[in-house]
Amino acid sequence: MTRGENGARQGEGRLIGRSVPRREDPRLLTGRGRFVDDIALPGMLHAQFVRSTVAHGEITAIDLSAVRAVPGVVAAFTAEDLKAGDIIARLDRPPQEFVTTAMPVLARDRVRYVGEPVAIVVARDAYAAEDGIEAARVRYAVRPPVTSEAAALADGAPLVHAEAARNTLVDVELFATDGIDEVFAAADRVVRVEARTGRQNALPLETRGAVAHWDDREEQLVLHTCTQVPHQVRTVASRCLRLAERAVRVVVPDMGGGFGLKCVVGREEIAAAAAALRLRRPVKWIEDRKDALSASFLAREQHYDVRAAFDANGRILALDADVVCDMGAYSCYPFTAGIEPLMAAAEMPGVYTVPAYRVRGRAVATNKAPSAPYRGVSRPQYVMVMERLFERAARELDLDPVEIRRRNLITSFPYTGVNGITYDPGSYRESLDLCERTLRAEGWYDRQRTARAEGRHVGIGYACFSERTGYGSAAFAQRKMAVVPGFDLSEARMDPSGAVTVTTGTMSHGQSHETTLAQIVADELGLDLDKVRLHQGDTDRVPYGWGTFASRSVAIGGSAVRLAAGRLGDKLRALAAARWDVPVDRTALGRGEVFRRDDPDTAIGYVELAELAYLRADLLPKDIEPGLTATASFDVFNDGTFSNATHGTVVELAPDTGRVEILRYVCVEDCGVAINPQVVEGQCRGGIAQGIAGALFERVTYDAQGEPSATSFMDYKVPTAHEIPDVAIHHLQTPCAFTETGAKGAGEGGTIGAPAAVLNAVNDALRPTGVELDDTPITPETVHRALHRRHYQESTR
Amino acid sequence: MTTHSRPTDAPAADAPAPEAPELQLMVLDVNGERHEVITEPRRTLVDVLRHELRLTGTHVGCEHGICGACTVLVDDRPVRACLMFAAQAEGARIRTVESLSAGSCGRPDELGDLQRAFRERHALQCGFCTPGFLMLAEGFLAERPDADREQIREAVAANLCRCTGYQPIVEAIEQCAAARRAARPDARKEK
Repeated sequence: MTRGENGARQGEGRLIGRSVPRREDPRLLTGRGRFVDDIALPGMLHAQFVRSTVAHGEITAIDLSAVRAVPGVVAAFTAEDLKAGDIIARLDRPPQEFVTTAMPVLARDRVRYVGEPVAIVVARDAYAAEDGIEAARVRYAVRPPVTSEAAALADGAPLVHAEAARNTLVDVELFATDGIDEVFAAADRVVRVEARTGRQNALPLETRGAVAHWDDREEQLVLHTCTQVPHQVRTVASRCLRLAERAVRVVVPDMGGGFGLKCVVGREEIAAAAAALRLRRPVKWIEDRKDALSASFLAREQHYDVRAAFDANGRILALDADVVCDMGAYSCYPFTAGIEPLMAAAEMPGVYTVPAYRVRGRAVATNKAPSAPYRGVSRPQYVMVMERLFERAARELDLDPVEIRRRNLITSFPYTGVNGITYDPGSYRESLDLCERTLRAEGWYDRQRTARAEGRHVGIGYACFSERTGYGSAAFAQRKMAVVPGFDLSEARMDPSGAVTVTTGTMSHGQSHETTLAQIVADELGLDLDKVRLHQGDTDRVPYGWGTFASRSVAIGGSAVRLAAGRLGDKLRALAAARWDVPVDRTALGRGEVFRRDDPDTAIGYVELAELAYLRADLLPKDIEPGLTATASFDVFNDGTFSNATHGTVVELAPDTGRVEILRYVCVEDCGVAINPQVVEGQCRGGIAQGIAGALFERVTYDAQGEPSATSFMDYKVPTAHEIPDVAIHHLQTPCAFTETGAKGAGEGGTIGAPAAVLNAVNDALRPTGVELDDTPITPETVHRALHRRHYQESTR
Repeated sequence: MTTHSRPTDAPAADAPAPEAPELQLMVLDVNGERHEVITEPRRTLVDVLRHELRLTGTHVGCEHGICGACTVLVDDRPVRACLMFAAQAEGARIRTVESLSAGSCGRPDELGDLQRAFRERHALQCGFCTPGFLMLAEGFLAERPDADREQIREAVAANLCRCTGYQPIVEAIEQCAAARRAARPDARKEK
């Protein structure tokens, strides 16, 4: 059905577009939220894991007898004891493009990273479980570890998986435009960027965790776990534990963030469930921060070697990219190790009109904790590289860095790129213009001139980008995933009191879906917001769904809830129409009632209709079924929808310490219709903070033996309110034509733009020194070295 | 391939068999209520609050005193409850997030002024760090009711938030402080 047919009465206050206060807040503000570690069940035991202390080796012996003797320890299991099936993620690609590897729930004979779970210890409380771990004796025959992407690809490198030659899990060459080499040969200018980006932890403040128990009455394993993808966890748990899908119920309580780290299936949650099945007692596992930093899922360690050809006017002619992503030891489920290289390869041309493109994307295995999606997935990296290419070309061609972007931005839509992707309308040019105007009007260019005259290092940097959101089944199928995410299902139900419960297969973990999706439903039905409740995160309570990732929830989940609410509205109208004996199209919805279009004062309230549908089914016409329930699905059958933004930032470098201070940050964003503008701003600000963290602070580091060296917040530097600036946000609105609300996703953009904007600003500040930096994070040490390069060169000569 | 064998940090073979930890009776004053707890002396304050007293509003984010998710007030001062043994809190007045609202039933109309300011400013998303920030701000504003924005930012920098970018948290605390100042009897007299 077409949108708006059920629409609310004219002049009625619409909720979409309003910053209504969040439904989630009262419980979270009063300490009455329920996070997974808040769950306590009678007889519950506590699990922790014996983890590998070596990065690479064979397990030659595991002796848990001393563990079992520790007071409070109830049981300890190895892979041999639990006999769980492996977690296997696949792409439907030929073997030269993708190598399938299995991730065992507990390591069996081989360990591939420090922190890999080897045994599970279950005890009366968490303290005793820790005592138990200390008593474990595991012997390893150590193999030489592979600790970098370069080492992984080197001739004769040790193999992380015997089946993956040259440690290569994914190797694809895409979009080799005919004649691209001739374009490079004939171009006025060819610029090159080689960049490495640091390994990061998405770092939800709540670590991972699960509480599992067997429910004898339901004959079900109930797995409370903090996951962004409840149905995917159910599928993997049922396969690994050899239970029917219906015999597994995954329930997600409140979640303390996820950012992608929790949109893959973790081996520990499956192991905790396996232990609960063995013991027939509830088992809780809560990851500690050390494990979260070293042995959960990581992301973002990539190496780009990219060339771009330009004509003398600064127009890009061709792009040739080689992208290698260090994915750690295993493929994550369901996305596989292809998640980062395939995203980068498919989307790198971004917001620019690139006529010729060639890319090779590779995922390599190393002896580090495995990688998972992290907010933005590769886009923070390739946007940074693209923006560096334009900055470098601008310098070499003596063009203004904003002007060179203007000459290359996509401005007419829909635009089908060299990468085969069709971009729906956005405001690429407008956002850049507004961002630059804002910084000029605020006087930052004048201040920069003054500062430079005083010998201070002040720089201005921009990033233009779009963010593909609302990936439907078609877009994920292009990636050749063996399981194809994309659609969402929703069920809307009105109870006899006239209140509505709507389900979503998405899973909010901070994004405010209890508020925003309810806003959509309330508008569709012309109902008060407090009459609408959202159900999410319970595989027994909500129809199948793909969860929350890739900024899909409002674009796809929001469309599904709107369609389901619309169909529920149709049933209400049918009931009223039957009562009035008029055709359904003479009726409409609004203010909690069905009214007659030809006589708006004639109306029947939803409460009366709901009572009729449930409590007086004897009065229903023969062709109308009792009850008020409707379901709908929504999918995207094209390349998705693109949010866009321009970020502009001003930084100052301190020559004595190398510290980068952000003086100003402006974000001009366009996510189509903003269901709740305050929530969108929250996503922008939080995303930008994480992008700045990647640009300047955070890095997961390892020593030569593959031992992680940033295993606490003393070493893994998460920025605080000191380091993260206030952000000015301006909104543009280019509605999406094919989502049911006009909304595009807004979850990742902040994180995507910030590294490029900061890096460009730092390089602008460094301009008088002649130094350019392309790697992140930009630490005080790298800035200090850059500012004193001449000094260093002289002193090391 | 050359390999060598390396044991993990296992106890020496002749190490004495581990003994069950002793238990201890503790009396804790939490949110004005007296609680008696029999537990191990090694248990941290946050674990006793959460798992023995079932006051689960206080969260654990890092267990090493950096993130501040476990911040509570001990004798009116913000303290990392993960860095303190429960036994050390005997005789002190402990306040947790559960004390901040009148009815503490989690209804919107029962929120305290600081909580309302957080809600109005969208100073929380996932809400996991929020109780820590609330208690940090509650302790800070009691001590420094006239703090300006920069001083508030300084205080907010004590804790980690991964969702908000901090700006709305600073704004919420600033808004609450301003409202409290405006409501002070002496502030009215000055005008």
